[in-house]
Amino acid sequence: MSIDTDRRHFLAAGGALTLSFAMPAWSAPGELPKSFDKNPWLDAWIRIDADERITVFTGKAELGQGIKTALLQIVADELRIAPSRLTLVTADTARTPDEGMTAGSNSMKDSGTALRHAAGQVRMRLTELAATRLALPASSLALKDGAFVALDGRRASFGQLVTGQELHVRATPEPAPPAPGVRTAIGKSLPRIDIPAKVTGGGAYVQDLRLPGMVHARVVRPPSQAARLLAVDDAATLRLPGILKVVRDGRFLAVIADGEYRAVKAAAALARATRWETPAALPVHPTIADLVRAQPSEPTTILDQGARVKDGRHVEATYTRPFQLHASIGPSCAVARLVDGRYTVWTHSQGVFPLRGALAELLAVKIDAIRCIHVEGSGCYGHNGADDVAADAVLLARALPGRPVRVQWMREEEHGWEPFGAAMVAQVAATLDADGRIADWQYDVFTPPHNTRPGKAGNLLAATHLARPFTPPVPKPSPQPEGSGDRNAIPYYRLPNARVTHHFQPKAVIRTSAMRGLGAYCNVFAIESFMDELARAAQVDPVAFRLRHLEDPRAIEVVKLAASKFGWDGYKKVSRRGRGFAFARYKNLASYCALAVEVEVARETGLVRITRAVSAVDCGEIVNPDGVRNQIEGGVIQSSSWTLLEQVRFDATRVLTVDWASYPILRFGQVPEKLEVHLIDRPGQPFLGTGEAAQGPAAAAIANAVFDACGLRLRDLPLDRARMRKA
Amino acid sequence: MSTYRLQVNGKPHAVDTDPDTPLLYVLRNELELNGAKFGCGLGQCGSCTVLLDGQAAMSCMVPVSVVGARKVRTVEGLGDARTPGVLQQAFIDEQAAQCGYCIAGMIMQATALLEKTPAPTDAQIRAHMAPNLCRCGTHMRILRAVRRAADVLAGGKR
Repeated sequence: MSIDTDRRHFLAAGGALTLSFAMPAWSAPGELPKSFDKNPWLDAWIRIDADERITVFTGKAELGQGIKTALLQIVADELRIAPSRLTLVTADTARTPDEGMTAGSNSMKDSGTALRHAAGQVRMRLTELAATRLALPASSLALKDGAFVALDGRRASFGQLVTGQELHVRATPEPAPPAPGVRTAIGKSLPRIDIPAKVTGGGAYVQDLRLPGMVHARVVRPPSQAARLLAVDDAATLRLPGILKVVRDGRFLAVIADGEYRAVKAAAALARATRWETPAALPVHPTIADLVRAQPSEPTTILDQGARVKDGRHVEATYTRPFQLHASIGPSCAVARLVDGRYTVWTHSQGVFPLRGALAELLAVKIDAIRCIHVEGSGCYGHNGADDVAADAVLLARALPGRPVRVQWMREEEHGWEPFGAAMVAQVAATLDADGRIADWQYDVFTPPHNTRPGKAGNLLAATHLARPFTPPVPKPSPQPEGSGDRNAIPYYRLPNARVTHHFQPKAVIRTSAMRGLGAYCNVFAIESFMDELARAAQVDPVAFRLRHLEDPRAIEVVKLAASKFGWDGYKKVSRRGRGFAFARYKNLASYCALAVEVEVARETGLVRITRAVSAVDCGEIVNPDGVRNQIEGGVIQSSSWTLLEQVRFDATRVLTVDWASYPILRFGQVPEKLEVHLIDRPGQPFLGTGEAAQGPAAAAIANAVFDACGLRLRDLPLDRARMRKA
Repeated sequence: MSTYRLQVNGKPHAVDTDPDTPLLYVLRNELELNGAKFGCGLGQCGSCTVLLDGQAAMSCMVPVSVVGARKVRTVEGLGDARTPGVLQQAFIDEQAAQCGYCIAGMIMQATALLEKTPAPTDAQIRAHMAPNLCRCGTHMRILRAVRRAADVLAGGKR
């Protein structure tokens, strides 16, 4: 894989950004898309060179969601140029805008919107320049293939128009008018630009980096977060062939070797030569509900409307979700190098800028002494080990200056040490009136943190193991409407009398952080399971019951579309099979997703098999329909895996689920026979993002289908075979 | 450290390495082939799947010293981004990847199937692919890509 390691380029790029403050503003600042807050200059987003090269910069990262292709489609249409003419640079602290985290299904909303805005203004600016250059009115020029063409045949290409700082102007709030002519990229299923390398063994991942002089490291983790190192004897390890260094700083132990497998073996040898005291520091409770409820909570009422209504039919239920794993297929990896007091870090972190700040604190250096470059890793689905392994890598690069140090976690590290998806308890009570409407709704969700991302050095695993350890900052919940553990805790239904309380638990018993959808997964599972229970109590069809309580026409449309494509009304139930439905609007402000599934339940084995899943999605204006479908299909299948199989287990001393045998995920045999995604395009509407829209609906639709198939209402995730057999 | 002669993607190689080094590490680090991936090192996920004399094998579990004269094939041996092999093209056509980390292993697992069973049923494809894990949930597309490749090969449209 070729990587731009030219330091002059690095400094030059950094220099261009700092120069910008001396330039006059093009216009007064106003309401610009959010990503412009930190990056107001057009040439921070789009650069045009004299040789006609057009480079597009995004602060978001490719995580396998296909964002690179979609962003290029947006810019291509604004500039009226083929996407293949554009080069994209993704998250790099030396080169790209700072757009925070690539998370929360926000990349299209943030970067897509910003790039559309920036590209539109670049086109306007180029049009002015061309009109001046050709001394013709702008309206007489046609824009084609990167050049303005006059009626007399004279041309002015982008590269001719931008000779200096012409694009070094502030973006202005008012959007450019739509580009003339027909859009050719947006709305088309352009093949993803990253896939050919991925299917042919091209250098596609940070794991594939090979830098000159690179060495390999492995970390020896404690048996648990509370474990105390009693003794370590590195003599035998140091005698192994190819060992360059054994690093010890407090409980942070690592080996660096001249070959990767030598590092693996040396780490195993060093692990054998350590003695630990492993206190029984983890809470053991008979159930997840007991464990979560036992933790201190800080309640916040996030919705309180109407009055309490007690007359009518009362229904209540409690739902739980265990700790779960991101469980990336490729363990986290980073490469770091320290040269002349400057660190370069190649990382698959979701936030290279926040990571840089945390690493600077960890290393006690200024942030401009660190450059973090995003290089794709295995899919992360949230805050996995990506940031932690970058911390490992810089600590080891500091121990061996001059040499690029590559660290990849082993499988048991990824399973055992990634920040887990948070266990949750949701209890809900409602009253149905005589007309079968929800007259009262009370909802309480109890949850440990869903965001402990760096931020701060204390958010990095290794930093907490050093002789002078960093303390993790006290986590805070994100405010509504997006929320974190309370994400989607407020139903998207018309509820005149409702109270929703978020019981945030800042002190987690075990490290937890953002996992695809955050609290929305469990909250939607709870709300949509409960809607099913209420519909049955009211003796109303579950789809009709939802429609009765929905107001937003876009929500109604996706519900109706999923139901009709599934054939909900004409459904013929057969033995062992059943159907289930669920709907949510992610974060109550992003994509709409409705899902109908059919399952087959074998009570004797406890096996639940999804025979068919049909979803309908409205994510605003669609840039790449196949990209949206891919995300939704993936979301449905991944959520099926969480829902049917997954839970972290630990005893009083340590995590027990440290490989794919102890923490199984869905295999080919259990994926649906058929999976359909139906899209509703909304040209002109904001991009709403799709990455997390299906997680919650899939869980509830499956649980509801299980009930329909066999009469078992399972409220504790996962619906695995042991639980199905016991129920 | 010993010298091992390996036949990889039709070419002979001599590598100097420790005898217990798994083939995976030799392919990635000595031969600089990116296709086979480290996923678990335990033979549980299939990210490192390669072919040994036509049999799918998890290269993280095969010490280099036991490979012997068996012909090793990796995804790089099927084609490249300019001239992809039939399975690779099918994966591109079906856009059968999200993060793609598992995909090279999937393609090698599928290669083993199609070479022995040129006209597999859908059930055979599912059963054969069972050892390989995908976390992004790209399964439906992977199954379609294998089906498509089988159909292309059956139609002789190479």
